[in-house]
Amino acid sequence: MDSYGGQGRMAAYLRDHHDKVVGRWAELVAAGVRSRISSDEVRHELEDFYALLLRVMAQEDEHAMGELRAALDELSRSRARNGFTPRETALGVFSVKEAVYELVADAVELAPEYLTFAQMIDDLGLRTIETYSAAREQIIADQSVAMLELSTPVVRLWEGVIAVPLVGTLDSARTQLVMEKLLEALVSTGAEQAVLDITGVPTVDTEVAQHLLKTVNAARLLGAHCTISGIRPQVAQTIVALGIEFGDIATKATLADALALALRNAGLKVVPA
Amino acid sequence: MDRVPIVKIGRTLFVSIQIDLEDESVVRLQEDLADELAATGATGVIIDITAVEIVDSFIGRMLTMIGSISRLFDAETVIVGMRPAVAITLTELGLSLHGVRTALNAEKGLALLNGTD
Amino acid sequence: MDELPIQSGDDVVRVRHQARVAAAGCGLSLVDQTKLVTAASELARNTLVHGGGGTARIEVVRSGNGRSGVKIGFADNGPGIGDTELALTDGWSTGNGLGLGLSGARRLVDEFELSSEPGAGTTVVVVKWSR
Repeated sequence: MDSYGGQGRMAAYLRDHHDKVVGRWAELVAAGVRSRISSDEVRHELEDFYALLLRVMAQEDEHAMGELRAALDELSRSRARNGFTPRETALGVFSVKEAVYELVADAVELAPEYLTFAQMIDDLGLRTIETYSAAREQIIADQSVAMLELSTPVVRLWEGVIAVPLVGTLDSARTQLVMEKLLEALVSTGAEQAVLDITGVPTVDTEVAQHLLKTVNAARLLGAHCTISGIRPQVAQTIVALGIEFGDIATKATLADALALALRNAGLKVVPA
Repeated sequence: MDRVPIVKIGRTLFVSIQIDLEDESVVRLQEDLADELAATGATGVIIDITAVEIVDSFIGRMLTMIGSISRLFDAETVIVGMRPAVAITLTELGLSLHGVRTALNAEKGLALLNGTD
Repeated sequence: MDELPIQSGDDVVRVRHQARVAAAGCGLSLVDQTKLVTAASELARNTLVHGGGGTARIEVVRSGNGRSGVKIGFADNGPGIGDTELALTDGWSTGNGLGLGLSGARRLVDEFELSSEPGAGTTVVVVKWSR
């Protein structure tokens, strides 16, 4: 239900007993969050919601419901970020029913309006749970990105030679990050040789190969020459069986071989001391 | 329409693209470079795109064409200073800029040109 | 929301600039900004060259879970595209281009919608979300 009309008399009643209801509501909410939020802060938050609720109930303007929902969404997201449980968050909304009931319990003529009011509050309470879940999912997604960042180091093997050891699956999100870090490292070190080590990549199928090719192409646009190292025997067989062509990109079994090649390309030679 | 200046140093033509060029200017650059190559007999072209934030398929095509035109005049073209974000975007677009060489900056670009004879 | 005319090369530059401003304002990463603006450049040029001119609408949008993004719509009253499926395949081209315009632009954005009828113009709407 989008509009909860017919609460005019309750709205007036609640306006008259503003302090008493908000005070009781604040009490119930504070008890629920077990003093992780000060009662002053709770009271402050609830004052705003109360005002919005009254506007909706009195049907004063058509924006009131939209504003109330937006304010609740913001509160849910904040609760999610600060580690409150979904129950604590939703109870913050549901508990207003108790506060209001205590006030209108004896006014039998308000019963139909109270029902509408309760339905509206239930709807809003459920909404906070949905918003809360969405916010938690976003936090998890952000943490995955952070983990991804940590697992993509770029190391300097030698003057002008950098390496990116890839560990784990190489999906498109990972590839984006690898490309960004590799290119930034090329700019900051001025390296002209890069080695992509895939020893830690469990499977190399056509998709992974495409990601590797994209990375090599991007590095080339910055004037760097790439070698792919860490081709294991099973991987080599899979690549051939799938018909994947690496073209003129040099591939080596080990990082050591790739380093030797990179040094040769850079015009350097390792000689006994 | 903005005209991109072409500077000749030794046997190399230097072009530095500083602003967001609209299509007409890009085409004009190609024409001007062809004229300069013919007139000076330069053997190298360095196009500095350090300040360029967007390279779409039109500009990419122009860069490749400049490479081909240069080759007809027996000159080599090096694109230098491509920004990482631009390189990633071009790769996603599927443009590899075959036919032009690339380097991190003008100094390396020059070393590349002088290293090949 | 900005509505910009696309009738000249300078207009294409203006669309790029506005797209950049909107993308930066939404908190898109530098790479994502570049991708969006590049896609906008491709599509604006298409509108000008193949569509005989048209308009671009740039607006900031919000997703269900609070992320913000940039939505750009291109519209023209040009000849339209007969086979939209074909147009979205790599390598397809009408003019002397590389045929990378539409399919390339699609790879750069998160959402891509193309609608076109021969003789009834073309609209393309793209969205790029912040992460």
